[in-house]
Amino acid sequence: MSAPALPQRSLGSRLADLGLALVSPRGAVFLLLIILLITITVLNPSFAEPGQFMRFLQRVAPIAVVAIGQYFVIVSGEFDLSMGSVITAQVVIAGNLIGQDDSKIVPVTLFMVAFGIVIGLINGLVTTLLKVPSFITTLGMMLALLGGVMFWTGGAATGNPADAFREIGRGGFRDVPLLDFIPYSVIILAVVLVGALLLMRRPFGRTLIAVGDNPVAARYAGVRVWWVKTRAFVISSLAATLCGILLVGYAGVHPSVGRGYEFIAITAVVLGGVALGGGRGWVVAAAAGAVALEALFMVLNFMDVPSTLRDAVQGAIIILAVAYSAFSFRGRRRAAPAPASPGSASSASGKEPDFDPNPAVPAPPRSPAEL
Amino acid sequence: MSTALAPAAPATRRRRRLDSTAIVWIAFVAVLAIGAVLVATTGRSIFSDGSIRDILTGMSVLGFVAIGQTLVILAGSLDLSVPYVVSLSSLLAASTMNGQVGNIVPGVLLALAVAAVIGLANGLVVTGLKVNGFIATLGIGLIVKGYLDTAYRGATGSVPAEFRLFGVAGVGPVPISTIIMLAVAVLAFFFLTRTRTGHHIYAVGGGADVARLSGIRTSRPIIVAHVLCSMSAAIAGLLLASRLGVGNPTVGTQGGYDLLSIAAVVLGGTLLAGGRGSIWGTIGGVAIFAVLDSVMSTMQVNPFLKDVVRGVVIVVAVAIYTGRVVQQRRARFPGKPETAAKKEAGR
Repeated sequence: MSAPALPQRSLGSRLADLGLALVSPRGAVFLLLIILLITITVLNPSFAEPGQFMRFLQRVAPIAVVAIGQYFVIVSGEFDLSMGSVITAQVVIAGNLIGQDDSKIVPVTLFMVAFGIVIGLINGLVTTLLKVPSFITTLGMMLALLGGVMFWTGGAATGNPADAFREIGRGGFRDVPLLDFIPYSVIILAVVLVGALLLMRRPFGRTLIAVGDNPVAARYAGVRVWWVKTRAFVISSLAATLCGILLVGYAGVHPSVGRGYEFIAITAVVLGGVALGGGRGWVVAAAAGAVALEALFMVLNFMDVPSTLRDAVQGAIIILAVAYSAFSFRGRRRAAPAPASPGSASSASGKEPDFDPNPAVPAPPRSPAEL
Repeated sequence: MSTALAPAAPATRRRRRLDSTAIVWIAFVAVLAIGAVLVATTGRSIFSDGSIRDILTGMSVLGFVAIGQTLVILAGSLDLSVPYVVSLSSLLAASTMNGQVGNIVPGVLLALAVAAVIGLANGLVVTGLKVNGFIATLGIGLIVKGYLDTAYRGATGSVPAEFRLFGVAGVGPVPISTIIMLAVAVLAFFFLTRTRTGHHIYAVGGGADVARLSGIRTSRPIIVAHVLCSMSAAIAGLLLASRLGVGNPTVGTQGGYDLLSIAAVVLGGTLLAGGRGSIWGTIGGVAIFAVLDSVMSTMQVNPFLKDVVRGVVIVVAVAIYTGRVVQQRRARFPGKPETAAKKEAGR
């Protein structure tokens, strides 16, 4: 839900808008990211070299992909706690089924995709049709999937898959002019991000946000809520699958790969200004949240913060970031002289109406798009 | 899918009169009956003294955590920091006591006081900074974890023999710790149903805006719920310290008390969104978990398969009876939501 573009604006007011956007909750993550990247560069000047930066992005890619997947579920008003287990399961599947046999790469990858879709469908259908809160559905899925994988492998690490498969996560185009090194995973991340951005502009994306904002209203508007949400769960499971494929590349196969990724993903998404509970947020900001989180870890690394204290710093920064966005949201809501009902003023473009002499324009533009 | 759902619809309507807590206990009896049959096939009895003690012991730690979690969830928040509070209180108690009988009281008080401060921080971040409870308690939990990892390396302190009685003593097959847990549950029950703050917790959890417009200070009940939740998690930590004899920085995370306690609360029929539910439902949910664990241990189920069973049971149980509660809550305008629900079931 980017603000409706107003025609013919002067450069000055656009710059002012950009400044405002950077301190607004949706833009705050980019400001944070810029500050963190500058800090890293100051601490370690070689970071600014393209090759180094690309390697940083390579490390971020799996987390960012997971965050993008989690974004779809969160913006529809649900949670997906099973992502970490899906990653683990896919990593173990890849290790066990592909083995050292290059010819199995394609069929097993297809199987992994199908497996991801099935997990997403189960999560989505149980949440929407059986009306189990998604927190519980995906928690149960997390326990069952992890237990199943551990039972299957006996809880021990298994062999790595064929090197050709691992190249997806750790390889890349080398000796590229200007950039030095372009990892495949960064290209994949870019494709996923653009795909997600386009998807959010299509009716599906608009509907998803409407469902997250107010499921009852969306249903009365003719949206098949259960199917929209189920597709979001499928997307998030597929994102976890992709992350698993990337992680196999440089983390190898181990039953602890992927553990805790669901919380990292949720943290990244929330850091990107996406509201838990749904209906508000931008997918690019969610991905930027993941990059910012990884950059934060890197800063802590360079500043020689004892590794045991990293969690504490991370915790404090998450709280502060979310508190900041909560405050600016409230500030903006108060600034808008709420026309009639305070409840409806929370919609994303709530600052527009009072300047507009024409009462027909304000909130509706969202709903027609869903039909 | 729709064919599977259709026969369920009339069943939910028939059960509408039943209180959700009653359904939890019916589910408990069902689980107990199935468990008894399964255990009987191995030639043992689930009603033997040892088995009952096993189940009740299994209930007590998760029970303490889940009671507190119930209060927080009823208030519309969530507490993911409990495992770290559990670990911290076990460490504080064990290292303060250090084997001295005279230090038992200071150790317990210190653990409870520190937990109360953590709960206060949770509550203030949720209400004052307007941070979602999920993120606020995750963040505070991470901060506590950072402290735990920095300040402690492995098991610390020791607990005097007198304090260990808290963990091991019992009246017949009933452990003291379970009796205390049930006493705390009774206190929580009276707190929720007989005091003003208790009613306010329900009101704020059911609808913060409505509660505020009705003249309730919405932040106070949430803060109180968070403080009480952390303190009951601290009691769980004390209990673990008395069982293990030492304080341990990973005892809380190993137990997975954050997610398991939330699962137990929801299993107990409490709405995750807040405002509806009861303590006794939660105790029922905890009891279901305990019976399940005990039965699987007796059957010598593979520990990894246990997780699979747990996960499936959580989802299936909640699917059977929580869907009903959610619908009930939507029925603010009698008549209309019925048709809406029917329409959805028909798809």
